Amino acid sequence: MAHSQGVGKVLLTGTVSDSHTWNLVFLELFVEELGHQVVNLGPCVPDDLLVRRCRIEAPDLVVVSSVNGHGYVDGLSAVTRLRAEPELAGVPMVIGGKLGLDGRDEADRAARLRAAGFDAVFDDGDLLAFQRFLADLPAGASTMVGRPA
Amino acid sequence: MSAGVLGAAERTVRPAAPEGSFGRFVADAARAGRLVVQPRMGFSDLRRMRAGLERTRFAAATTVGTVTIDSYTRVGAYDAAHRALVEGTPLNGYPIVAYPVETTRTLLAGVHDESFPVQVRHGSSQPEPIIRALAAAGLHATEGGPVSYCLPYGRTPLRESVRNWARASELLAELAPGTAHLESFGGCLLGQLCPPGLLVAVSLLEGLFFARHGITSVSLSYAQQTDPDQDTEAIRALHRLAAEFLPATVDRHVVLYTYMGTFPTTARGARRLLAASADLAVRAGAQRLIVKTVAEAHRIPTVAENVEALETAAAAASVTDPGVDPAGEESVYREARRLVEAVLDLDDDPGRALHAAFRRGYLDVPWCLHPDNAGRSRSFIDDAGRLRWSAVGRMPITATASAQQPAMSSARLLSALHTVARTYDQ
Repeated sequence: MAHSQGVGKVLLTGTVSDSHTWNLVFLELFVEELGHQVVNLGPCVPDDLLVRRCRIEAPDLVVVSSVNGHGYVDGLSAVTRLRAEPELAGVPMVIGGKLGLDGRDEADRAARLRAAGFDAVFDDGDLLAFQRFLADLPAGASTMVGRPA
Repeated sequence: MSAGVLGAAERTVRPAAPEGSFGRFVADAARAGRLVVQPRMGFSDLRRMRAGLERTRFAAATTVGTVTIDSYTRVGAYDAAHRALVEGTPLNGYPIVAYPVETTRTLLAGVHDESFPVQVRHGSSQPEPIIRALAAAGLHATEGGPVSYCLPYGRTPLRESVRNWARASELLAELAPGTAHLESFGGCLLGQLCPPGLLVAVSLLEGLFFARHGITSVSLSYAQQTDPDQDTEAIRALHRLAAEFLPATVDRHVVLYTYMGTFPTTARGARRLLAASADLAVRAGAQRLIVKTVAEAHRIPTVAENVEALETAAAAASVTDPGVDPAGEESVYREARRLVEAVLDLDDDPGRALHAAFRRGYLDVPWCLHPDNAGRSRSFIDDAGRLRWSAVGRMPITATASAQQPAMSSARLLSALHTVARTYDQ
């Protein structure tokens, strides 16, 4: 999106049980082209590693991508863990991809993921919606929620 | 079927895997001119898994069965797999470690025998518990490798994966003496956009690694890529390098994977791509084919879709003539051989040599995000449809002289990833 201003640093991650890489390679290029800096953690990221790297990198946005059908379960676990850390509780965090084993209960799944702490859910890889979200995200959003200096 | 493509060394040395083994089944089928076809298939539901095995066995094709493991078990999260079983949450594969051994034995009873071998497919860099579980249930064949099940699939350090796979190979050889079979998944690195020379080299090196750790029957893999001629060259290179580098006492065959990248979305496109892979397997002399289904682009396939794919592939194979080995293009062979020699020069032990090669960047998988991969190589599809290197990093091979090649953008990457699907959907 041409008008998008770089939000700064985007931390991109796969979920703990998902070994897929192409979604992450693609998203890295896609987000970079919108003017943001990307830290790509790669596939199979356990919750502890995600939390550790979030503390180190202090990202302005965490993007979780999953396509192996366990995204719903793994995403719930990751966001719950991250939100339990006081200094990470307010970092914007989104998830997208193919989140379930089948197309059923999509709306219900998305609602539960949001209730658990995701700011947006892009089921079925809705790239345009993701692009709009990136464009609307205020620059340096997470700095307002008590990130340590 | 494959006699036409085998070199002299391959014809004279034919180590026979023992009766009842996976290697023997494939060798016997090849001798009879039949391509062995195999599904990808794994369910946590026991009735579905059983039905899948039975329907694979009785498909109108020469088949071997598959039990694909779920992704929690693959990453060693046995508790999560167990919890899912208790809660009744379906998994994306069969949790062979979480289920009691008796359950797996019951699953296999009366369907798995010497006329229907079953391979366990998993993708784990920590394969020991899976190998113990499969051997305890009476199975002997599995797949993977220290590189191919590590770099593309997670974050286990390569050094640790090499150690794990050395132990796992020895364990399998010990638990299934004589009948153990290991397939290298090295021909599939990331599924697409890896030029064939590197796929062939890694598969061959992993086969050598297995042999060094006591496995006497191996298969080397290659995944169908973007160009049938380049693919034919690659499969022939694999046969030739196997004859040159594997110990003569080791039984071996080549397994081809139907395209592993983004799949056609139309049923017609999917069937055409599958048939093209069966045709390629027979012409180039691969003895086994792992199929994909019409559901590939959309979801995990049903058993019926898998059976249809097996029968489509077998039908296509049965009307294809084996090719003769032309004394033609051998650039894939030369590139793979340069990589193999550079790696083996680093250390007498294939595991240490592989580890050193990745540390130095002598092997460098394009687009792979693993922390132990140098990440300096890049690939592209040229105008003729062949996979090429735009950057080789420190690998002892040359990139295609094409300074005009524009940098990869997300749109160009997406287009490259969809090239095959687009072609076959048209």
